[in-house]
Amino acid sequence: MTADKEKKVRDPLFHIIKRGSIVWWKSALIRVAAVLIALIVVALITLLITGQNPIEMYKAMVDGAVGNELRIWNLLQDTALLLIVGLALTLSFKMRFWNIGGQGQIIMGAIAATACMKFLPGKVPDFAIYLIMIPAALIAGGIWALIPGLFKAYLKTNETLFTLMMNYIALNFAAFLTFRWSKNSGNNVIGIINRKTHEGWFPEIGGNGFVGRTFLLNVLIVFVMMLIVFVYLKYSKHGYEISVVGESEKTARYIGINVKKVIIRTVIISGAICGLAGLILVGGVHHTLTTDIEGGRGFTAIIVSWMAHFNPLYMALTSFLIVFLEKGAIQVASSPSLNLDDNFANIVTGIIILFIIGCEFFINYKIVFRKKKGGAS
Amino acid sequence: MDKIPALELKNITKTFGSIVANKDVCLTANKGEILAILGENGSGKTTLMNMISGIYFPDAGQIFINGREVVITSPKDAFDNGVGMIHQHFKLVDVLTAAENIVLGLEGRFNLKTATKEVASIAQKYGFDIDPMKKIYEMSVSEKQTVEIIKVLYRNANILILDEPTAVLTPQESDKLFDVLRRMKEEGKTIIIITHKLHEVLSLSDRVAVLRKGEYICSIKTSEADESILTEAMVGKKISLNIERKEPNNPVDRLVVKDLQCLNREGVHVLQDVSFTARSGEILGIAGIAGSGQRELLEAIAGLQHISSGEITYIDPKTDKHENLRDKTPVQIRQLGVRLSFVPEDRLGMGLVGNMDIVDNMMLRSYGKGKSVFLKRKEPRDLANEIINSLEVVTPSASTAVRKLSGGNVQKVLVGREIASTPTVLMAAYPVRGLDINSSYMIYNLLNQQKANGVAVIFVGEDLDVLVELCDRIMVIGSGRIAGFVDGREATKEQIGLLMTKNVSKPHSEKAEEVTQ
Repeated sequence: MTADKEKKVRDPLFHIIKRGSIVWWKSALIRVAAVLIALIVVALITLLITGQNPIEMYKAMVDGAVGNELRIWNLLQDTALLLIVGLALTLSFKMRFWNIGGQGQIIMGAIAATACMKFLPGKVPDFAIYLIMIPAALIAGGIWALIPGLFKAYLKTNETLFTLMMNYIALNFAAFLTFRWSKNSGNNVIGIINRKTHEGWFPEIGGNGFVGRTFLLNVLIVFVMMLIVFVYLKYSKHGYEISVVGESEKTARYIGINVKKVIIRTVIISGAICGLAGLILVGGVHHTLTTDIEGGRGFTAIIVSWMAHFNPLYMALTSFLIVFLEKGAIQVASSPSLNLDDNFANIVTGIIILFIIGCEFFINYKIVFRKKKGGAS
Repeated sequence: MDKIPALELKNITKTFGSIVANKDVCLTANKGEILAILGENGSGKTTLMNMISGIYFPDAGQIFINGREVVITSPKDAFDNGVGMIHQHFKLVDVLTAAENIVLGLEGRFNLKTATKEVASIAQKYGFDIDPMKKIYEMSVSEKQTVEIIKVLYRNANILILDEPTAVLTPQESDKLFDVLRRMKEEGKTIIIITHKLHEVLSLSDRVAVLRKGEYICSIKTSEADESILTEAMVGKKISLNIERKEPNNPVDRLVVKDLQCLNREGVHVLQDVSFTARSGEILGIAGIAGSGQRELLEAIAGLQHISSGEITYIDPKTDKHENLRDKTPVQIRQLGVRLSFVPEDRLGMGLVGNMDIVDNMMLRSYGKGKSVFLKRKEPRDLANEIINSLEVVTPSASTAVRKLSGGNVQKVLVGREIASTPTVLMAAYPVRGLDINSSYMIYNLLNQQKANGVAVIFVGEDLDVLVELCDRIMVIGSGRIAGFVDGREATKEQIGLLMTKNVSKPHSEKAEEVTQ
């Protein structure tokens, strides 16, 4: 018996086992549990640190995200804007091309769109503005991704650093242009372009009574993009090549795929979709160019893509979740009855996302606790 | 046998997810004994040994060493209990010397000079041939293995576990290793050797313990065992171990390689003056120490390796047209109508995509056919199901990722796909590596079928016993050049082993003087 006692002390309490596979409802259950636990943890932290009523805080979050019709449309539009960047990056990520240059590619698309809106009216017919503006934004975004893509394909440079650096060039280029194109020279504000004529603005859908009239088209474009990217990746030959190159370049060469061609083609498409996001931001949302127009989406979309395991349809959910939390956090920070600032709101968002990402561990692994042993002699 | 065993396992169980790797295994190993653990791939040999050496921790069961129960949670615990394991894949730091690797990880202060001396004395005691100051990256595979063994001895291990130690050695190197192991046994050490090669078991061990599907089946005194008894215990049924070798049917030249030269990225010759002919209806074996240029040769033929000089000519069986394959890409080769199939050594890294399912892997070669921008999954799905049925692939379904299949089933999927395109030349590099006996024989049969169909088969193998049983002709390659040709029906494996090592020490620039046939 003494040996048994000694053994218990030295036996590890639990060990971790990799799951072979998991049934879908179990993984769904784990994810739901993760969210619930996160909410409880956040509630406790809120109570202990701030003394505020967590229920009130949650109410404020929901109110901020879906409190009225306008907020719902804002939520949908922001979800769409995040999703489209996620879709763009996913194309690269599937190929293991770590494109973290979404920011720069969006900004370049936005710059091209702005230039068209600013300089084309009066020179070409109104409908032609769209015909020029759309390809211009796509090409601008595409080129911004193509440059690191070429270096990756031919010189095997590290695309992560390269795409990151391209962000700063785009960002400063945008800053320079807001200075150059500013309405009152020197104040660095371009202001709403074509405010009266709406040249180059995305058309509204629905009458004046419809709250979503300026949002609906943006959301629809992204929804269609999502379906296109889903089908492209899953059912097209190109999508298949992307997967093969991403999984194993050796296999790709073995079966005769032109790896360089696939890399270049894919990063152009990836950058062009980012350019499309920039186009929507200018033509459909802001109607101007600012240095922070991209709104951090180029980076947030990385989380969106990963959390959804690179599945375009799941990405709708992950971007919704992130935008919902963001919107909620803003309301929490601004609610006068709560006395919480945006730093605390960000802590809340951070904790919830941490739990959601962290629960992946329990989906891939299970923990087995030590069993009681009988009859050791 | 009434003394206390050096190692005793009682009811060891280990599961990974739903897979039971070991179930209620009981095993003993005595002092001064060589115990062979025999079993097919996936029978749980390595897992079991990993639990003794502290890599895994058992779910249930007890381990006794010299009669005392021990709990081993780390390799350090294992060393403290005198257990050391030499893994199949070496765990050495390339840029450090042998002596540095040996003392690496030991706690407390140490003096590299005295350590070097001690290493030298261990080497002398057991008859190892080692330079303690040599860097690992300059060493051959067998030297690296020696370092691993000394590392374990340096830590005063009394129980040595070797996981498939001869998989990477030539017959001569294996014999040398066995001598050393026998000497250790005389010293009173316990040697446990994991293997699936029957002749090694019979020539080396005192006792054999057989595992099958994670369970302990029996242990037999080697003196009372023979190949068929062991196979039956290992596989669970009687199987015939003979490979059928028919006379080639009307062989004609199919692939002629002439004066092939290839350089690697550093500009060193990896292939030099390689000339040979592969004929239809014949299996041409390629023997050699791993890394002697076999991979480069096959890849050069497949259009994956740049050729600096020489010719590769394919002779079309229907039109008799001669096609030069040099500097053509795999796609161009296919467009010429050359039906060349290639089963590469790196199955999951090259031949297949591990994360894709069987259906998508079937499409690898054929997805590009047709003008449509979309994939057609019907044909590959039919092919996948056909291969699953005809080659008895064990898989939940055709939409299971191939990475989740066992090694044998992965290989069946790959070979099945390559054969499905009715090749005229079939190249297979180490097609039975890591496969169990049943799967291996199925692969040999498939190669023989292809031979009977008039395919020119090129078979790169490592098991010389198989090469001399299966191949019509054997080309021996050493350091990127041909060391000689032998007739598969007459050659002995000792003869091949000698040819394999013959050229190694020669400088690369020298002109090959014997390209005989």
